[in-house]
Amino acid sequence: MSYLTLNHIRKQFGTSVAVQDFNLSAEKGEFISFLGPSGCGKTTTLRMIAGFEPPTSGEILLQGKNITHTPANKRNVGMVFQAYALFPNMTVADNIGFGLKIAGTPKSDIQQRVNEMLELIHLPDFGNRYPQQLSGGQQQRVALARALAFRPQVLLLDEPLSALDAKIRVDLRGEIRRIQRQLNITTIYVTHDQEEALSMSDRIVVMNKAIVEQIGTPFEIYNYPATDFTARFVGQLNQLKCVVRNAQTGECEISGQAIRTQTTIAKPNGSEIRLAIRPEEIYFGKKEGLNVLSGVIDEVNFLGAIVRIRLLIGNQHITGDLFNERTFIPPSIGTPAEFSFSPEACWIAEK
Amino acid sequence: MNTDKKFPIWSWVWFGLGALYFFLPLIATLDFSLRAQKGTISLLAYTRAMSDPKFVEAFSFSTIMAFVTIIVSLGLVVPTLYWVHLYLPKLRPWVEFVTLMPFVIPAIVLVFGLLRTYSAPWIINFGGTPITILPSLTESKIGTRILLISGYVVLSLPYIFRAVDNGLRSIDVRTLTEAGQSLGADTLTILRLVIFPNLRSALLSGALLTFAIVIGELIFAAFLAQPAFGPYLQHLGQHRAYDSTALTIVSFALTWAVMGLIDFVTRSNVPQKSH
Ligand SMILES: Nc1ncnc2c1ncn2[C@@H]1O[C@H](COP(=O)(O)OP(=O)(O)O)[C@@H](O)[C@H]1O
Ligand SMILES: [Mg+2]
Repeated sequence: MSYLTLNHIRKQFGTSVAVQDFNLSAEKGEFISFLGPSGCGKTTTLRMIAGFEPPTSGEILLQGKNITHTPANKRNVGMVFQAYALFPNMTVADNIGFGLKIAGTPKSDIQQRVNEMLELIHLPDFGNRYPQQLSGGQQQRVALARALAFRPQVLLLDEPLSALDAKIRVDLRGEIRRIQRQLNITTIYVTHDQEEALSMSDRIVVMNKAIVEQIGTPFEIYNYPATDFTARFVGQLNQLKCVVRNAQTGECEISGQAIRTQTTIAKPNGSEIRLAIRPEEIYFGKKEGLNVLSGVIDEVNFLGAIVRIRLLIGNQHITGDLFNERTFIPPSIGTPAEFSFSPEACWIAEK
Repeated sequence: MNTDKKFPIWSWVWFGLGALYFFLPLIATLDFSLRAQKGTISLLAYTRAMSDPKFVEAFSFSTIMAFVTIIVSLGLVVPTLYWVHLYLPKLRPWVEFVTLMPFVIPAIVLVFGLLRTYSAPWIINFGGTPITILPSLTESKIGTRILLISGYVVLSLPYIFRAVDNGLRSIDVRTLTEAGQSLGADTLTILRLVIFPNLRSALLSGALLTFAIVIGELIFAAFLAQPAFGPYLQHLGQHRAYDSTALTIVSFALTWAVMGLIDFVTRSNVPQKSH
């Protein structure tokens, strides 16, 4: 049975709809990310689960119990905020122990649990410090410990890493996931960073303009995007205008060059469609048995591990990502070149 | 000739002139207050002024009024502003505007307004029988004190507002409140354990400013005929010049001490960064 369930959740602020028909069933211990651009309704949905906003309609169930109208302080849901929100007047230990203190836990038990949590977040000697004396990354770890110390049923995190440096962000990602696995706590993680969502989640909810576009594992979301938006938002994507040559066999033409796709095309011959392909599925140069597109290189970006090359074909661009090798000499702009890709790598984009 | 550009000579000149303008009268006042005894420097004016039972009376009256004002003001402003910060942030400029009224409306106008409004009792006719909703406030001692404190509360609003508002701004009230809620605390517990402790220095500085204002206030107390420190000092000035200058110096010193205390309190409450 589903542990946390959202049924047809809708939220309206005045006349503007912030969340529309949101449905989700999370299993116990599952790590779920809400991914989408700013303003798409991620925070609003999370706040409804936390109890800070009442949904306009729909219901929220936790372990089968309807908590839609339960006040936030009676929900037993831990929350981590982007701005840490540690209590500045309390020490790290008092912050972590706050939830237990409110619950009336005996002092010695609180002490023990606080020490346990300090171990868990790898800050064992920081109990007597004040939040202001910690770095951003340390503060966020304390906030995580505080949200977990009172043994909530669900952990909610709202862009907890977006105020931190890139390096710490990546470290903390792993840290959060490790702790979450260790405690096997059902977690909802809000982010606009697709890399974060892909690397951390069991499942991702892709949102756009108040609507859920797709729910799936990172693998499904990335490789089999259900909507045009998901395809474009998650990962890099080339979209090429092309003309259908043979709908039956899936043959078409990009700027006069023939291309094979794997599927039959549901559009009549001669109509214009859009073909989608990920940059990392493209090979540099001509490869036997694959689709080949010839053009002129008009941009080369050296990104370290990856060399991103853009090819001009007729009046359209296509970008290919190549792994860097020391023996590889990046081609110069203006030289003719070929890109190859397999028919399985591309698909017909919507609309 | 000084051609060294690094030495901001004109800044110092203006600073010096400003300091002179500010300190010369003060020094003159201090000097005058020490000359109550012909030919020598003495503290006679001070001892005489301080030992006057009327002074003690006036000063303690004003002190009590100041404390009541502080309690009423904080009781009014803290919950209001907490609510505004939490749920009605768009209303904040309007609240600020209202608190600025004493800067726009002269105290004399305020006090006349209060007198006109509250000197007559408020009676409504209920089916032929007159019912007194509010008796005349100026006819009883307690009524006049209520008026006085109401006036002081209005006068202190801009300062209390600013102090509390700064305090609330410095702590992201909304997120802290929500963090507290998610950890199981109700609103009162959050106010007690999170909001108030973090506002302590702000509340203190607001209170100290209010204290300084009430002690020095003249117009309200004079027009409401209250035995406060302000009217006493003014009255003294007309009859015993030396003593009143001495008290002026004392109240100056007191104000500065209060300022110093504010500075100390607002600084020392923040835990220091680790070294
Ligand atoms: N308290 C509120 N009042 C009015 N509109 C709001 C409120 N909170 C959020 N919104 C609106 O709801 C939409 C979704 O916001 P939000 O959930 O914060 O997006 P996200 O977290 O995905 O960036 C936005 O258009 C935002 O302006
Ligand atoms: Mg958000």
